[in-house]
Amino acid sequence: MSLLSTHDLTAHYGQFQALFGVGLELREGECVAIIGANGAGKTTLMRSISGILRNVSSMVRFDGQDIGEMPADEVTKLGIAMVPEGRKLFPSLTVEENLLIGQYGRKTDGFWSLNTIYSMFPILRERRHNPGTALSGGQQQMVAIGRALMSNPRVLLCDELSLGLAPVVIRDIYAAMPRIRDSGASIVVVEQDIGQALKVADRVYCMMEGRVTLSGRPADLDRSAIHYAYFGANV
Amino acid sequence: MIWVDTIIQGILLGGLYALFASGLSLVFGIMRLVNLAHGDLIVLGAYLILLVVTVLGLSPMVALVIALPAMFALGFGLQKIVLNRVLGEDILPPLLVTFGLSVVIQNALLESFSADSRRLPTGTLGTASIQMGTISVGVLPLLTFASAVLVIIVLNQIFYRTSLGRAFRATSDDATTASLMGIKPGNIFAAATGLAMTIVTIAALYLGMRANFDPAIGPARLIYAFEAVIIGGLGSLWGTLAGGVIIGVAQTVGAAINPEWQILAGHLAFLAVLLIRPRGLFPRAVD
Amino acid sequence: MSSTNPSFDRSFSMQTRTRASSIAPIAAFFLVVILFALPFFASRSLIQDMFFILTMLVLAQFWNLLAGYGGLVSIGQQAFVGLGAYAMFGLVVLGGLDPFPAIAAGGVAALLLAVPMAYFSFKLQGAYFAIGTWVIAEVVRLLVAQWKAVGGGTGTSLPRSATGNLMFSDTIQSMLDVRAAAANDILAYWLAVILCLVTIGGIYTLLRTKLGLGLAALRDNVEAAKSVGVDAMRIKWFVFLVAALGTGLTGALIYLQKARISPDAAFSVNDWTAYVIFIVVIGGIGTIEGPIIGILVFFILQTLLADYGSWYLMTLGGLAIAVMLFAPRGLWGLVYDHTGIEIFPIRRMLVGGSQSTSD
Repeated sequence: MSLLSTHDLTAHYGQFQALFGVGLELREGECVAIIGANGAGKTTLMRSISGILRNVSSMVRFDGQDIGEMPADEVTKLGIAMVPEGRKLFPSLTVEENLLIGQYGRKTDGFWSLNTIYSMFPILRERRHNPGTALSGGQQQMVAIGRALMSNPRVLLCDELSLGLAPVVIRDIYAAMPRIRDSGASIVVVEQDIGQALKVADRVYCMMEGRVTLSGRPADLDRSAIHYAYFGANV
Repeated sequence: MIWVDTIIQGILLGGLYALFASGLSLVFGIMRLVNLAHGDLIVLGAYLILLVVTVLGLSPMVALVIALPAMFALGFGLQKIVLNRVLGEDILPPLLVTFGLSVVIQNALLESFSADSRRLPTGTLGTASIQMGTISVGVLPLLTFASAVLVIIVLNQIFYRTSLGRAFRATSDDATTASLMGIKPGNIFAAATGLAMTIVTIAALYLGMRANFDPAIGPARLIYAFEAVIIGGLGSLWGTLAGGVIIGVAQTVGAAINPEWQILAGHLAFLAVLLIRPRGLFPRAVD
Repeated sequence: MSSTNPSFDRSFSMQTRTRASSIAPIAAFFLVVILFALPFFASRSLIQDMFFILTMLVLAQFWNLLAGYGGLVSIGQQAFVGLGAYAMFGLVVLGGLDPFPAIAAGGVAALLLAVPMAYFSFKLQGAYFAIGTWVIAEVVRLLVAQWKAVGGGTGTSLPRSATGNLMFSDTIQSMLDVRAAAANDILAYWLAVILCLVTIGGIYTLLRTKLGLGLAALRDNVEAAKSVGVDAMRIKWFVFLVAALGTGLTGALIYLQKARISPDAAFSVNDWTAYVIFIVVIGGIGTIEGPIIGILVFFILQTLLADYGSWYLMTLGGLAIAVMLFAPRGLWGLVYDHTGIEIFPIRRMLVGGSQSTSD
């Protein structure tokens, strides 16, 4: 049973069409990776699901409900949280306030709270009274993940977690994924880093120029097929 | 000794100007909106209190309790229905809409209440004073100043200690990302304007009790409020209080020299600060 | 848009002309003739109405240049109207000058005021610039109210000796067979016609120059414009000074016709800035056509609602709000969207090549 799915999803920025009939699905408890080069439409896809970009209602479906037209704040309240590209911490808020605002206006029962997030990323407890933007890139990414988890989401969307981070930091961040899955959240990760994506995901979608060009389990996909789907040419 | 008295009067007058300015500062801080009808909304608040006082026969202080939620609702609705539509990169639409609103409010008040000067009844409060050594200080000006300090303390508490305050700051930083947190930016902006209108109503109470008012005096109140905000530095409420005090002292000192120079002295103090410290006395570190 | 590649061996040229703008010169010629000839057959009250329309149109064009093209939303233009008028009064009352050349002095005085005003208000950004200009206008009003020689706070009138012997007044009296008062109105009206034509012609020419192109670039994107070498500060200063000069001249002319002045009237934010803003916004900001439409709407509304005082102002303010909310480009924007007519085109269009045959 699919928890989240898109159906023939299209998206435009003014005259420019960014997505051409994208269809994908996320099943309960799954981790799905979306890979693709710059400009493949991955971030547009995330923005469409999260409600930042509004679409035709039937294009996005969550838990049996059409949500394509829903604004972002309502989508979030249904249980889809996003770690946005570039982290987007609030500069006027401290680390702890950034985390707290993740559950704005709701009382959520669930695994995630300030305490559980601090135990997953202990450095954040130490720095909880610092402005969020005073942290290193990796620590900021931890805050962004923690902020999204504070709403105890059923679906966690992660857009470009590794962007601009050192490999060792990326490894630390991805080390948190199993714990997040254990908490019951289903995950969509968007990645340019193919290796990382194949390691963490149950299934992979590859996108190019606004279309899904390949999908399957990591074990079933061979390297050259991925390269072809990714770059549009044999390498 | 007369000078000490003059300066104390000026500082206390500054409290009134800080009350005028806090709402303006709050709204600008959260949504970069300058409401040109701010002064007229203060005057509207004064007439609303007057109406409650006259119709229900209550004292102005009790009438305030009734006026506060009404003005909050007005601010919320105004922002939600009208002003949210014109927020954006272009500063022209919100300026022109609020300027139009200013003219509409002034003339609606003129039509409803005539151009006659009015005043809120103060009873004995209006003349009561406290003797401090050789100087006597009016209770009402003292109460005004204390209210300004209290309003700023409460606003700072809301801003830095509550969930709503976090939402204000987050939405001000980045409305799109705030919506990913389950925040409806439009509602946050409406709540901010509603809150600003409650401060406006408190300002209106003291405006109406301390001096005469008529439908045309709004724009001058907007200008005093604006001067206090700029002198203090954008985004700093305590700075706004300091700005109000500077305008107040300049006005009373100017008036002591020549009664015709009162307003002019306040404006010149503002221009002097603008010349020396263009970003105000207490600018926020990040813009 | 045709998908064929334009062949670059064919000749292209740059033009701003549209079909409407090609007919416009002929229509404009007749309009100008009628405007100048109007006093020969129109009543005095019509001349006075036309004077009001033309002077408000000039104020609107200059405010539109500031805000619509320059992005400088000033709420302090009454400073220039008032100071221009007071400079003219001062020279006539105290210096015994003929009011006619004193109008020019009004423009110069406004220009001189614009220098410190720009210096202070340019320190403020965006919306705060708007209120900053307002504060400075208030300062000027309060200072002028201290000028006892021209009546202080209560104001004064032009002396009969001055209004009775206006330059050219005798000629007009004999030519049109009218009394001195009517001749003065006609003289003021002709000056208003000239001022209006020079203003519209001047702004149109300005917008078609390189400077106008820089202005448009700044309005669209400040950073991008700066990066291609547009000197933002120089352009802002230029626009502000030009608008001050024009507004000061207009103020002096308006008060020559009124012949009575007071600080509260001459520095009225409602009369000289609020109305002007409403005219521009309702007509369509950022176009030359907009203020023309706006002044007509303004005048019609004023005529219809003149007896209702404050209701008239409420209607005007409400209309401006509605336009800003639902048709931000004003009535002219609606006209343009439906017809594509442009009388004063300033956009540069590439013509020639394959496109010229597609029509």
